[in-house]
Amino acid sequence: MGLEDLNHNFLTGRLEDMVKWARRSSMWPATFGLACCAIEMMSTGAADFDLARFGMEVFRASPRQADLMIVAGRVSQKMAPVLRNVYDQMMEPKWVISMGVCASTGGMFNNYAIVQGVDQIVPVDVYAPGCPPGPETLIHAIVTLHEKVRRGEITKRPVVASEAS
Amino acid sequence: MGYLKGFTISGKQFFQKTVTTQYPEDKRPKPERFHGRHVLNRYEDGMEKCIGCELCAGACPARCIYVRGADNPPDAPVSPGERYGFVYEINFLRCIHCDLCVEACPTEAITESKLFEFSFTNRQDAIYTKAELVVDDDGNPKHLPWEDWHEGDDENTSGWVRATAPSGVAAAEGRPLWSGELGHGVRPAQLGQSDPLAADVPADFDISIREVKDAEMRGAGVARGRSVRVDEGTDAPGDGGR
Repeated sequence: MGLEDLNHNFLTGRLEDMVKWARRSSMWPATFGLACCAIEMMSTGAADFDLARFGMEVFRASPRQADLMIVAGRVSQKMAPVLRNVYDQMMEPKWVISMGVCASTGGMFNNYAIVQGVDQIVPVDVYAPGCPPGPETLIHAIVTLHEKVRRGEITKRPVVASEAS
Repeated sequence: MGYLKGFTISGKQFFQKTVTTQYPEDKRPKPERFHGRHVLNRYEDGMEKCIGCELCAGACPARCIYVRGADNPPDAPVSPGERYGFVYEINFLRCIHCDLCVEACPTEAITESKLFEFSFTNRQDAIYTKAELVVDDDGNPKHLPWEDWHEGDDENTSGWVRATAPSGVAAAEGRPLWSGELGHGVRPAQLGQSDPLAADVPADFDISIREVKDAEMRGAGVARGRSVRVDEGTDAPGDGGR
């Protein structure tokens, strides 16, 4: 019996709140810096903005220890299978932040080499605009994701946009 | 006893002031020429400046602007001139904030504000329509509900233009001028980067950032809502008084 079969009552509601609190209080990002956005991602983790305030300062080198993938930078067509592979290796529950315009839509690189939006490959939860987004915009995206986790269901699985249609 | 040396360093750091900006509460000051999200300006009489010429869309390297012009209705014109921007959309998941649209605009209709704190859960939400981009009746950008604003972010939205821009003034070559703002008027020009005086005198926003940084950033962070530039300072360099 999984969590899906439980009926909602007071106890499971509190349990769900606690699970969601735990999930958003220490959301470990996987290292997936691809371009200049990665520099901003690093400075977000450094002392001046200090992602440790959100319990997510450890950028895990192994996707199996990570909950959140911050796709920072442009994704080329050759990088796309690698990105999907890393995403598949992450444990559920997992989230994706598409950082910067290149990862989100391809940005100014509207050509044959760049994937026009990383949501064609993985389900993206939050898009951070900017070229590159500064640490503040990235933290805004992270706070948005925290809010999404807080309001969402704990057993719902994300769907890739291309698979859903 | 060598390990005590390491502990000493850690112990000293414990009593140092912290450098961290507590971002969602505090915010660092931004330069006044920061490139944030766009606004569509209006004249002092409330008419829109955009004439629907699509030059911004042509200049955009990311192709993030979509404009469609339409003829002004004769009885209730939206803009002075023949045409106005009927549809104006900017996709902020493509915009790279290069400011080329601002330089291309012949009427200084599109300028960039200092707002950058927004993120989307949906690609559709990132397309700002004209109703969201146009300034309100006071000339300030509209506070959209998903944007995180701090006090002072809505100031200094007017575009700064170079002498080479279509609306620039040749006499002021190398000195960034500001276009007029509804409700704010025209602010004085700054010292440009190519000005020989500017090599000795840093721009005033540069000075104020350094002052704020030295004085307060090493403490508990910059107070919320502190604007970078003190507009009352008439003796500051770059006010065009030389």
